[in-house]
Amino acid sequence: MSAIKQLPRWADIFLLPLVGLAAALLLSAGIIALLGESPWQAVKLMIDGALGSQEGIGYSLFYATNFIFTGLAVAVAFHAGLFNIGGEGQAYIGGLGTGLVCLWFSHWPFWVVLPLAVLASAGFGAAWAFLPGLLQAKRGSHIVITTIMFNFIASALMTYLLVNVLVKPGQQSPETREFAQGLWMPFAHEMLGRFGINFTATPLNLAFVLALGAAIFVWIFIWHTRWGYALRVVGQSPAAAVYAGMSPSRITVMAMLLSGALAGGLGLNELMGSQHRILIDFPGGAGFVGIAVALMGRNHPFGILLAAGLFGALYQGGSQLTFDMPRINRDMVVVIQGLVILSCGALENMFRVPLTALLGRPVRAEKEKL
Amino acid sequence: METYTVIVLLLAATIRVATPLLLAALAGMFSERAGIIDLGLEGKMLGAAFAAASVSAVSGSAWLGLGVGVLTAIALSLLLGFACVTHRGNQVVAAVAVNIVVGGLGPTLALAWFSLGGQTPQLDAAGQRFTALIWPWALSAREVPLPGLLYAELLSGHNLVVYLAAVLVPAAAWVLYRTRFGLRLRAVGENPQAVDTAGISVTALRYQAMIISGGLCGVAGTYLSIAASSGFVRDMTAGKGYLALAALIFGKWRPYPTLGACLLFAFTDALAVRLQGVPLPIVGVIPVQFILALPYVLTVLLLAGFVGRAIAPRAIGVPYTKER
Repeated sequence: MSAIKQLPRWADIFLLPLVGLAAALLLSAGIIALLGESPWQAVKLMIDGALGSQEGIGYSLFYATNFIFTGLAVAVAFHAGLFNIGGEGQAYIGGLGTGLVCLWFSHWPFWVVLPLAVLASAGFGAAWAFLPGLLQAKRGSHIVITTIMFNFIASALMTYLLVNVLVKPGQQSPETREFAQGLWMPFAHEMLGRFGINFTATPLNLAFVLALGAAIFVWIFIWHTRWGYALRVVGQSPAAAVYAGMSPSRITVMAMLLSGALAGGLGLNELMGSQHRILIDFPGGAGFVGIAVALMGRNHPFGILLAAGLFGALYQGGSQLTFDMPRINRDMVVVIQGLVILSCGALENMFRVPLTALLGRPVRAEKEKL
Repeated sequence: METYTVIVLLLAATIRVATPLLLAALAGMFSERAGIIDLGLEGKMLGAAFAAASVSAVSGSAWLGLGVGVLTAIALSLLLGFACVTHRGNQVVAAVAVNIVVGGLGPTLALAWFSLGGQTPQLDAAGQRFTALIWPWALSAREVPLPGLLYAELLSGHNLVVYLAAVLVPAAAWVLYRTRFGLRLRAVGENPQAVDTAGISVTALRYQAMIISGGLCGVAGTYLSIAASSGFVRDMTAGKGYLALAALIFGKWRPYPTLGACLLFAFTDALAVRLQGVPLPIVGVIPVQFILALPYVLTVLLLAGFVGRAIAPRAIGVPYTKER
């Protein structure tokens, strides 16, 4: 019997996602060439659009903020062995919480409303993830299917609320009235301006700092608390968790609550930070980008920050591409994002096997047990 | 007589909405019965819808469109197989990836080829679409209320794909329950080790299931773009793949109950269109969104075990590893 080899840690954490990313980008370049545009030119335009100016960087980080929230949401569930693809619906309902707080407390000072809005977004998002989690824990209902169903139910519910209940009177399009200006998230250019730093006006806002805070919170929670430990044990081996006196069903529900709460944070950035009203389908697929971000980032908050930054730049660079290349539209970014999920997630083993053959070391006996 | 006409028209609309759902649900039945979670139904349908509309627009032949649509969906299905069967990747991740890629690639290619902002050209020439087949004497039969209207609206007046879907239900049931292939397919979704021990290739069976699933999704997608409408538009499946999956689960992974679930879901859809803003006795106006959300709510209730019990194929979602 040949010795079982394992990738060294650095290769598993850094090399494998990078190889996957490279493969996805190569494929995308091929598609761009097929469309009759120069891939090289496209790369230059995208990098320039995303990082070449303050405006580009601001927009990239603004998009990245959404992806940090949804990426963390997917990652927390992953650690508990759950695939939460309901980030889209949880973000949608979480945003409802943010919006309601902003609409109700119009005349309250910002620093009082902010904690309420954070609580509401997290609470609403968590509430939307609660039932799928509970049904998985107690009734064994497949969480992938139930979270998809909840995405559609959320969409129907929000359409109903926006069309019939929350719509600003006398308005055609289904959206609420604007939040009071005092409740808008402070923009980055305003905050930096106060310290005498000039920054171009972009939608980048305080929610970015909240997203960073959420990443730190997740890091501490998963690796430095007993709940995080229990969560990881349940994810690795529910049987071992039972043996250790943990309750897998309680941990499952807890993981989903936290996951939904994180996804709900999207509303803080998108609604309170940029749109300043609740409108139809504002998550715009960010819940699904979260899957790509979590996969790329190896479910680690630090990796997720990097991956979210990458996808934020991709989004901003992609819109630059649309301006300068008439044969390419924003959908190309969606293609690249899908290819990243394919090569970093689904086809991971395709790269892992040859890499292991090349770099792998035999596993020591005591390590093999874990 | 007015109510009667409304009911017949509602049922006719139900049949039209149910067709792509049914085809996709049957597609999912083959892959899921073989042990592969098929969230990719959505992407495969969308890919086929785009390919069929493009080819039909360029060649002027609906049949050629159907052929290329089916081949496209099969290719996507094989890609899923490559990721999930050959490389034992996560089936949900693979399907999500394929759905996203196709969702972006369709409009991208459409813009590059046709320069119509991500759509394909309108198909209005003769032969570019599958149009309604009018059965003999249907037009005159309409005058006779009871059997005539039923004949004219429910039996006659649908396009070829609708009749094909109807025939495919017993055909799928026969393949699944009455052939050796069907027995093996069901076995590989329940207990792949046993199938492997019997000397039958798990990999080959799962690939065959994916090809069938792709083919059926191809027909479903083609129906959307060149039979039910005249051209491809962005995201035209609009969640029908997921709804089909819900119908499959609601039908407990069996052909005839799945047909029933598709008809039920399609009926709620047709009803929602019909009830838009119409006040009902006692309850008043029911918001359309509540009716549209009903299939998803029902599926969750079923999965929770409150409405019957849905038991998935036992090996579903688990990549098969031969023991070393």
